[in-house]
Amino acid sequence: MKFNVKPAALAVAAVAAVVALSGAAHAQNVKVAFIEGLSGPFGGVGQNQLKHFQYAAERFSGKQANSGVTVEIVPMDSKGSPQEALALLKKASDEGIHFVAQGNGSNVAGVLIDAINKFNERNPGKEVVFLNYAAIDPDFTNSKCSPWHFRFDGGVDMKLEALTNYMKDEKGIKNVYILGQNYSFGQQVSKYTKEMLAKKRPDVKIVGDELHPMGQVKDFSPYIAKMQAANADTVVTGNWGADLALLIRAANAAGFKGKFYTFYAGVIGTPTAIGAAGADRVYMVSYWHPNSAQSQIESLYTGFKQRFNEEFYTVAAVNAVRYLVAGVEKAKSTNAAAVAKAMAGMKMKGASGEDIEMRASDGALQQGMYVAEWTKAGGPAVKFDQENTGFGFKTVRYLMPEQAAMPTTCKMPKRP
Amino acid sequence: MSTLNGVSYGLLLFMLSAGLTLIFSMMGVLNFAHASFYMLGAYFAYQVSSWTNFWVAFVVAPLLVAVLGGLFERAVLRKTHRFGHVAELLVTFGLSFVILELVQLVWGRTAVDYRVPAALDGALFQLYNANFPTYRAFMMVVAIAMLLALFLVLRKTRIGLVIQAALTHPETTEALGHNVPRVFALVFAGGCALAALAGVIGGNAFITEPGMAQAVGAIIFVVVVVGGMGSLAGALIASLLIGLMQTFAIGLDWSFIGALKSVGVEVTPESFGYPLWKLKLSQVAPILPYLLLVVMLIVRPKGILGTRDD
Repeated sequence: MKFNVKPAALAVAAVAAVVALSGAAHAQNVKVAFIEGLSGPFGGVGQNQLKHFQYAAERFSGKQANSGVTVEIVPMDSKGSPQEALALLKKASDEGIHFVAQGNGSNVAGVLIDAINKFNERNPGKEVVFLNYAAIDPDFTNSKCSPWHFRFDGGVDMKLEALTNYMKDEKGIKNVYILGQNYSFGQQVSKYTKEMLAKKRPDVKIVGDELHPMGQVKDFSPYIAKMQAANADTVVTGNWGADLALLIRAANAAGFKGKFYTFYAGVIGTPTAIGAAGADRVYMVSYWHPNSAQSQIESLYTGFKQRFNEEFYTVAAVNAVRYLVAGVEKAKSTNAAAVAKAMAGMKMKGASGEDIEMRASDGALQQGMYVAEWTKAGGPAVKFDQENTGFGFKTVRYLMPEQAAMPTTCKMPKRP
Repeated sequence: MSTLNGVSYGLLLFMLSAGLTLIFSMMGVLNFAHASFYMLGAYFAYQVSSWTNFWVAFVVAPLLVAVLGGLFERAVLRKTHRFGHVAELLVTFGLSFVILELVQLVWGRTAVDYRVPAALDGALFQLYNANFPTYRAFMMVVAIAMLLALFLVLRKTRIGLVIQAALTHPETTEALGHNVPRVFALVFAGGCALAALAGVIGGNAFITEPGMAQAVGAIIFVVVVVGGMGSLAGALIASLLIGLMQTFAIGLDWSFIGALKSVGVEVTPESFGYPLWKLKLSQVAPILPYLLLVVMLIVRPKGILGTRDD
């Protein structure tokens, strides 16, 4: 499987048309219910992710991709609430939609996994498959692993492996402060940061370990004051959306000089808040960023920006659609159980040309990990800036998929 | 430092709730759309400042919102007035949704880049190696100036006298030749302008996005209820109380475990109810105002300085 780039030459286009036509003979439509908070405090992020999925479906399924499989994204607004998400899952399966995509909030993903496990047990032949593109609680691929769950983002364990791999060589780090949103994801970040730093940098002191209610805090300056009082020089945070934007904005205003190690500094709205004041002291770990070594995905980034005037970020959405299309093609069926079986263990080329694999033993996509630094744009290393700030991300560390791979304790139930 | 942070946050809360409590005390209307006017203020300020500069926006945005508020009072609220308070409540509730959708249509669903003006960016002074941002000081000055102006207008001017008279004895005031409905429209517009002013200076200090109204909506009702319905002084005390309470609570790592340890009881992860015992005060800080609301309603339902018993 390769990325299908728009063919430039006419001849190629002609061949493509023929292939598309032959494919159309047994065209298959797959609907994906996109259950996400599309309004409320994190609505902006959800809307942006929805565009990623719609764009990925256009580019990597159907005619444009010379595939007989067309993916249609059906948006459903859960308002970020687990209860609403459950109701929508029911609605989706009632409407005959057997693929569900969700990612913002491991609290929501957790209840979806439980519900899907139960539903599939009771409704053989009508199974639902969960394409998780951003909920990265490691439990989902360990103690709570499920044959119906596929995670296309890197887990907290994989990401912190990469982040601490970089931090261990940064001798300036002495006092680390951990701040997170008070739900499973924030708690996992805190747990793994402490474990991994204790192993890789036993000399580093953890001077603070704080959780705050998600999406409730408007004024982070008291938290910053606490960090300053604790003499923190480094902050590790899993915060995302407004919770990260406001945190960094408060840090800038209070003149906090410490460095921020984040998971989601590149997500919509946050680069604007970081701005010039965050230059050379905000880091992000992710499976991709606009200035990473990329193969053909650059056209996706520029195309998305042209189309929506927003930043392309979520390669996991693209990979979810690519795996789904390839799974249907391989299974020659849209039956979710057959597709799940086909996707497990499937290998592809990733965004940076690396070999990625949907590990069958736990449903975690094995992929490379970048640590990137927020710095002045321009020059070959930082070709693209973010949200017209004049600043962008520069790779400071890259881990190959096998380096970022983490062990799993998953005892995967037999795939049907 | 925490004191300054707390006071400045409290003063912003006061600016927000002053308009709400003013409208409530004058007209008996609990304006559910109040936080939406706060949001409008921030968005207008963003728009105007991107065309001109912050100082123009600082003046123009509250005025624009005041005009909108006045029009709304005149065109809608006055008509629903005779159907009673429930109708008024519902109509402002509906308005908050309309404003939210309009804002999303015009400016999109994501945060806009509304920045602190360069002149006010930076640190005013240093305290225990932490900067106190100039903009926070500016927020405090504006809030205090507004407080003084409000006090002077209501207590020392002719308009203030008429407003107070219209509040308690509308018929008599009308008989004396004053246009009471116009006074009400004026009060409503003024209340909206105050919310908008808070939006102008709060929008760039925090974040300007469609969720901002919802985020402050609940807390300003806490302020108004705790302070006492319709009491400006009560709102001031409650705002400062809540601002300080939240900031100081974040700085404190107290938990039940620590408290129990000091009386000789050891709590371990195996103890019953450990997740509850290990909660730190700093962790629950943002929820404290709501706890205060509940306690206040039980102990003193009319609020700190409230006069109404109904």
